[in-house]
Amino acid sequence: MFPELNNLLNITPDRAEQGKLTLLCGAKTDGSFLVHHFLSFYLKANCKVCFVALIQSFSHYNIVGQKLGVSLTAARERGQLVFLEGLKSSVDVFFRAQAEPHPLQFLREADAGNLQPLYEFVREALKPVDDGQAAWRCPVLLVDDLSVLLSLGLGAVAVLDFIHYCRVAVCWERKGNIVALVHDSGDGEDEENDILLNGLSHQSHLILRAEGLATGFCRDVHGQLRILWRTPSQPTAQRDGSLTYQYKIQDKSVSFFAKGMSPAVL
Amino acid sequence: MESVLALGGLVLLRDSVEWEGRSLLKALIKKAALCGEQVHILGCEVSEDEFREGFDSSINSRLIYHDLFRDPLSWSQTGEALPGGPLGALQAMCRRTDPGPFTIALDSLSWLLLHLPCTALCQALCALSHQHSRPGGSCLAEPVRVLGLLHEELHGPGPLGALSSLAQTEVTLSGAMGQASAHILSRRPRQRPALQTQWFSILPDFSLDLQGGPLLESQPHPDPHTAPVDPTAHVTFNLHLSKKEREAKDSLTLPFQFSSEKQQALLRPGPGQATSHIFYEPDAYDDLDQDDPDDDLDV
Repeated sequence: MFPELNNLLNITPDRAEQGKLTLLCGAKTDGSFLVHHFLSFYLKANCKVCFVALIQSFSHYNIVGQKLGVSLTAARERGQLVFLEGLKSSVDVFFRAQAEPHPLQFLREADAGNLQPLYEFVREALKPVDDGQAAWRCPVLLVDDLSVLLSLGLGAVAVLDFIHYCRVAVCWERKGNIVALVHDSGDGEDEENDILLNGLSHQSHLILRAEGLATGFCRDVHGQLRILWRTPSQPTAQRDGSLTYQYKIQDKSVSFFAKGMSPAVL
Repeated sequence: MESVLALGGLVLLRDSVEWEGRSLLKALIKKAALCGEQVHILGCEVSEDEFREGFDSSINSRLIYHDLFRDPLSWSQTGEALPGGPLGALQAMCRRTDPGPFTIALDSLSWLLLHLPCTALCQALCALSHQHSRPGGSCLAEPVRVLGLLHEELHGPGPLGALSSLAQTEVTLSGAMGQASAHILSRRPRQRPALQTQWFSILPDFSLDLQGGPLLESQPHPDPHTAPVDPTAHVTFNLHLSKKEREAKDSLTLPFQFSSEKQQALLRPGPGQATSHIFYEPDAYDDLDQDDPDDDLDV
């Protein structure tokens, strides 16, 4: 996890909030550093994590995780981490007996499918285990990322329904958290993606939006992070806050600074 | 803001990610409940606990929450889902026969619009708004108020326009400088639609605090010490006409402006004017056919 980002969000692994949906958005830039941050953050916070990883392999996340001080292999072995490696298990869909539902069953279906098998997988993975083991703090679902499900043939409403049911099971029933990454092409051409992004934004308590700089690539400033806190059901007298910072990604950390205050230009 | 609840029928609350509308929905529900009405809530997006949070017990006792949040698509198969799914739940609300005024809140219309065909939803909304005028039903024309929360960015102009045409009142939420505002469009029968803007904030107990507007000091205003600049002061060409020049300009006849004298002069060449002739020597290849091939010349 990145300590500077923790400071900006005013959270620590000891004081993680519960029952929240956090939306990560990468607009014309790669927002995956935020996924690595939250993965290591919740593992260090002693939460049980179910990671639906559809973009990269397990070893990729493990290598980055080791730079951030967590070992995914060890976490998986002690039962803290349930890892669905989408790239590998999607092939199993075609080589398994059809009787057993697979989390990515929708890949086999000809017509518009739904994500009920994936929801069942998540619910089973985050089920509280009552066999006397050390209880984890709260369950966390992490998804990287949701936009690829649209590319695989699902509709935006199907993905929204999946997140809806995950919110019921994880956030409401078990007071856990959900962190999901969605891409934003930004040009308004992908209507399904816009519906997914806006639909999730309305349900989120925290939106982290990583954007590329409007002026193009820069060696010392990799992008801009907009943080929007929302309270979907609370009165507007407690006005939501919004902050914007620029960032630079380094080998083992990410440094944040106010706009125009990059150390390279001061 | 009083007019929002005064008219019956469908009230659309259009919100956005930046200016959310659920707290205004809850504030209007609280107002309706304080007037002694029963409020039925079809909750699709948040849990019952989260929705009831912030209301005191007297308000909560008047709220009846129909829970479509926990299992809207019957995936859990625990029997807790509302029968008939979303459309069944909505149609069940149409069949209420309780006497007395009541309010229905749909949280949210966007969720219903994403999961139901637009036509079915519009028909159900029509039936909801007009159920008090059914023959054989209650003869008291109590206004049934339907409050619908709509997330504008999720829908195209077609469904938005269809819902807008059904609504008696539309409240669009926006704001500036940290202050929320509501643009209220009311459609009264046989009157022009009325548009007003109301700045407001919602207190922690969901009462509405109507305000005048954002703080005026933060608005930019022109510096009174700077005189307005005259753009015609320092041009390099002459913008004005002298008296003689103006007279000459007024007496000039434009070449294509036909007065009757000019027209006559052109049609009948006067004695002083030379008529013009055309001398034409046809060569061997010319065809001097005088007939009119199209037969449309009036000669």
